Amino acid sequence: MATEIQSGKVHVQTTINGESVDFLAEPRESLLEVLRDNLGLTGAKEGCNNGNCGACNVVMDGVLVNSCCVLSVEAAGASIETIEGVASPEGLHPLQQSFLENAALQCGVCTPGFIVAAKALLEENPNPTEYEVRWWLAGNLCRCTGYDKIVRAVLDAAERMRAEA
Amino acid sequence: MRAIQYAAPSTVEDAVAILAEHGSDARMLAGGTDLIVQVREDARDTGVFVDAKKIPELMDLSVNADGSTTLGAAVPCHQLYNNAQFAASYPAVVDAARIIGSTGIQGRASVGGNLCNSGPAGDTIPPLIVHSAVCNIAGPDGERTVAVEDFCTAPGRNVLADGELLVSLTLPKPPAGSGSHYLRFIPRNEMDIAVVGAGASLVLDGESITAARISLGAVAPTPLFVQAAGDALIGLTANEDSFAVAADIARDAASPIDDMRGTIAHRKQLSYVLTQRALRGARARAQGGSPTNGH
Repeated sequence: MATEIQSGKVHVQTTINGESVDFLAEPRESLLEVLRDNLGLTGAKEGCNNGNCGACNVVMDGVLVNSCCVLSVEAAGASIETIEGVASPEGLHPLQQSFLENAALQCGVCTPGFIVAAKALLEENPNPTEYEVRWWLAGNLCRCTGYDKIVRAVLDAAERMRAEA
Repeated sequence: MRAIQYAAPSTVEDAVAILAEHGSDARMLAGGTDLIVQVREDARDTGVFVDAKKIPELMDLSVNADGSTTLGAAVPCHQLYNNAQFAASYPAVVDAARIIGSTGIQGRASVGGNLCNSGPAGDTIPPLIVHSAVCNIAGPDGERTVAVEDFCTAPGRNVLADGELLVSLTLPKPPAGSGSHYLRFIPRNEMDIAVVGAGASLVLDGESITAARISLGAVAPTPLFVQAAGDALIGLTANEDSFAVAADIARDAASPIDDMRGTIAHRKQLSYVLTQRALRGARARAQGGSPTNGH
């Protein structure tokens, strides 16, 4: 059977933060553009739009990715987790609370990416060293904090999460 | 980005049919971390994106009956360092997979994509060369194989003809007593493009070298297989004097350019130093240890 070649507006069915979502998008649109412009999920930010800065980080099928480097149509059948799904109705995620208490943000543009990336790290490695935190987050750029407070916030959140586990 | 068409075939045959129909306007999409950015920034004019990730052969990572490993062309980097068996067998490839871009890049970017992008500084290419990896290519006229060291032909160019795609890489089973290492020089700690990269593999019988392969990146229009440097080590003892002999040959083989990342003189010297370090790391692994420098 010949494969369909999609162009124009394509109907995409996906799952975002556990909810089934349908959208129409052109193949040239990135997942980031669809999240922000079609679906109103503006937590993920467009920083560099070329995979360097991590401000658009989301988790796709369990893997941390830069949503600017994913085509919208690639989301078909996938499960996407964005910053909007990190907090629960009961309150902030420990990482979010820790970022606040450790003053790990100033302008805040990089923060959603850092939190999504750090959450992915702690799910894989609940007790990272400072080196492992810095290495994992090397693809998230922050021009305000100098990174130190961010790294401390992640280590602090990891400790809280281990204590609660 | 310009308007594009997108197809997600589920078989190699379908992918070949689409590639053959659209010629040079079509490209395979693996992780997209190069291709999507290149098309968005008008560095490459591609109208048809053919998604590799629904084709089982391109996502395969398995050990064959003869002990070799098949690495599907679109398998993302993170699967390699999370696969203990692959990491133990092909450590130089994993060294590269860990340092390409960031965690978010490694979640999508593939070794096959890095090879097909055919950049002179592609970090996975010297490791594939030192592991004697072979490209399995499919096209309208059937299948063919090409050694990785013969795959790239110029910056951004390779042997793939219109209608052809890289299906997978075959990595031979590493012999007993072997080890490999890849490292690069960058002026930062991470998230950068190699000024020079060097890979080495060694097979040891006690202290004696029975086989060796050395490859350099970013010192020529294509990743360089420095066969003479490896051959010069055969029969020698795996020590600093021997490694200096190979490093001299590697430095002579390098023909780098001056650019914003480094000068010719710097890259020549790096070719020497990194070859030494790659060999030390390969020796450490062949002896059951781990490299003490680089990542």
